[in-house]
Amino acid sequence: MLGIIRQKAFAQSLQRIRPATSAWRGYSSAAKEMTVREALNSALDEEMSADPKVFLMGEEVGEYQGAYKISKGLLEKYGPERVLDTPITEAGFTGIGVGAAYYGLKPVVEFMTFNFSMQAIDHIINSAAKSNYMSAGQISVPIVFRGPNGAAAGVGAQHSHCYASWYASCPGLKVLAPYSSEDARGLLKAAIRDPDPVVFLENELLYGESFPVSAEVLDSSFCLPIGKAKIEREGKDVTITAFSKMVGYALKAAEILAKEGISAEVINLRSIRPLDRPTINASVRKTNRLVTVEEGFPQHGVGAEICASVIEDSFGYLDAPVERIAGADVPMPYAANLERMAVPQVEDIARAAKRACYRSVPMAAV
Amino acid sequence: MAMRMRNVANHVKSRMGLLSVTNHGASFSSSTHIGKFLAISPPVRDFKNPDANFSKIATCRFESTKADSGRLGSQYSSIDSNQVLDFPGGKVAFTPEMKFLSESLKERIPCYRVLDDNGQLIEDSNFVGVSSEIARKIYSDMVTLQTMDTIFYEAQRQGRISFYVTAIGEEAINIASAAALTIDDLVVPQYREPGVLLWRGFTLQEFADQCFSNRGDSCKGRQMPAHYGSKKHNYFTVASTIASQLPHAVGAAYSLKMDGKDACAVTYFGDGGSSEGDFHAALNFAAVMEAPVIFICRNNGWAISTPISDQFRSDGVVVRGQAYGVRSIRVDGNDALAMYSAVYAARQMAISEHRPILVEALTYRVGHHTTSDDSTKYRSVDEIERWRLARDPVTRFQKWIENNGWWSSEAESELRSSVRKQLLNAIQVAERVEKPPVANIFSDVYDIPPSNLFEQEKWLREAIKRHPQDYPSVFPL
Repeated sequence: MLGIIRQKAFAQSLQRIRPATSAWRGYSSAAKEMTVREALNSALDEEMSADPKVFLMGEEVGEYQGAYKISKGLLEKYGPERVLDTPITEAGFTGIGVGAAYYGLKPVVEFMTFNFSMQAIDHIINSAAKSNYMSAGQISVPIVFRGPNGAAAGVGAQHSHCYASWYASCPGLKVLAPYSSEDARGLLKAAIRDPDPVVFLENELLYGESFPVSAEVLDSSFCLPIGKAKIEREGKDVTITAFSKMVGYALKAAEILAKEGISAEVINLRSIRPLDRPTINASVRKTNRLVTVEEGFPQHGVGAEICASVIEDSFGYLDAPVERIAGADVPMPYAANLERMAVPQVEDIARAAKRACYRSVPMAAV
Repeated sequence: MAMRMRNVANHVKSRMGLLSVTNHGASFSSSTHIGKFLAISPPVRDFKNPDANFSKIATCRFESTKADSGRLGSQYSSIDSNQVLDFPGGKVAFTPEMKFLSESLKERIPCYRVLDDNGQLIEDSNFVGVSSEIARKIYSDMVTLQTMDTIFYEAQRQGRISFYVTAIGEEAINIASAAALTIDDLVVPQYREPGVLLWRGFTLQEFADQCFSNRGDSCKGRQMPAHYGSKKHNYFTVASTIASQLPHAVGAAYSLKMDGKDACAVTYFGDGGSSEGDFHAALNFAAVMEAPVIFICRNNGWAISTPISDQFRSDGVVVRGQAYGVRSIRVDGNDALAMYSAVYAARQMAISEHRPILVEALTYRVGHHTTSDDSTKYRSVDEIERWRLARDPVTRFQKWIENNGWWSSEAESELRSSVRKQLLNAIQVAERVEKPPVANIFSDVYDIPPSNLFEQEKWLREAIKRHPQDYPSVFPL
């Protein structure tokens, strides 16, 4: 809570002194750190403060301060009319959120994890995603569905499923997957301001991770564009695409590869739908090799879509088959050793990059 | 005319208790209704400018009876007022007698009706009065709806439209409920309520254009026939998913409450829809959130071929209201006057008391489920015909307005032939209007079209130009 107050005061003082932003960029000594949790909390706080139509609803978001404490302090600040603790019915509160959005409010609906969004997916797809189209533009749905997605640690099959490709396959939705605190702040603010329904896939294990944030990121008007990927690390030998937690793994793999003379370019997708095909293709045209990384299941996954896009647009530029790293094609087991083998590790990514570079290395688990 | 109406109003005023709320114990007996009576004869409604009327209508107060402790006592013989337990949820009396609540009440919840089968006002009835002008509009819209359904159904059979959903037999539910609302009330329909849209001013041509999905279609050719929607009429676009509109209505009602508006949300569903999970979530939530929403259940006996005995084992849908803490009423859905009164009262309570209300309208689905169904396959033709002829809500209301001197057989034949002509003309016009342009495939997916859709539209147009023989020339660009 204190951290948030400190940051808000800082942001406010920024606004007063505003004009020469370039002067601020020179002030690199003001390198603040912020956890993803704080980033999300501050983004929610600022957007709720700026627009009275924004409200938060979900299980445990109010009195309990959020199942993962993302909504800490918000009930106290905005009251029970804008921070709603709901009964246990995903179908119910998702439908109600969609109805409120139909009318003109801007709900942020929290799922305790996206696994539970299965019980509400009809409202997300049939009532939110398709409404603007089916109603010929008469009903827009400015709603955000957010919550932790994908694998955590030791939570088993029904708490570890990644839904990126499920939602990204549906026209009418936008699907975002932040990695760093800067991503979390900028993309959540963009999502709340966007007039279309947005699925915002967070990651439980990233909530506690700290990232440096610039003064620009801390400003309350900070916003990232939806549909643009970020090149986290430039390189020339192989392109590695990733989103969410896997971006961190890909960066670690790039470090390992650098020591072996392979310069990897790491792309943080940020936006799963719309996918930033131009950035991905431009990178592949530069490096001629591609490794896609995701934690979710391989079939019909995000990597499959990226591979198809690159083959359609940049086939002539590929010097090696596309390598696809994904989670094992099994429901997530619980035992720690089994779980570790069911999700991609840094070594898997590094080995895949080497294969793409024709350094012969045996496959991970044959 | 005015004299007649005043007599009716006075006649009604002398009755006891316009509306009262009784607390049902496990059994319903004919209890004494103690309630404050207030008969409302709303001033002539200008439905083009509904705001003008609202301020003039006197506020209604509907009082509840106190909980009748005697009734509870008759169920459990050994309750001591000192025997009270304190659990989460509040104090509750306890009893050493093991007794299960019966799965059903001794008698079914009775059904509120005001006009008998011959359109005569029933003795000791109370209701909300209507002016002659509104009564005539209710009647003529019921006739228009019935005629539109008949003609559009025929058009589907002739292959001129691909699909249609009729509301035959449910005209009173459609029109009378719409008449009791204001234009500010948000309507979130299922798919058997085009009458509400008709009441609000959607034209016959607009209905036809949507069914033919032509260029004039306000829905831009996006939806199957009968999936109407109109923002300017506050009628949310029909979706095919069953009961998904119920939580939407609660969310919209909550938004209205947050805005402090003098309006409620109204949503419709069928007996089948009450089985969906969304029904449970919506009612439960509406009670907890204290949302001003009216749930109108059209219990018409059939969910496609599923009779209500296979749908649920409760006494219809009305008994479920109390389980969620929602005030409810059962109404004869074929009695336009009773429907009007119940929805009028429900609206007052929903808005002034911030509470949901459940209205179960009993009726019969005279038509097939849709044009894709032949209901004679699972029910007898005799049963259908009996309801169509002897229990027609339109003729019942016609008798009442004729008895009041507000209608005549000349007016009847003139209305019927005029409506029929307008509908046939609307169809002919709609059939000839060209289909929607290709651009409608790609617009409205998002607020701002994304780049991939721009590209796709470009490729499609190029393909059409390069291979015109593959794209029929009747499809406009």
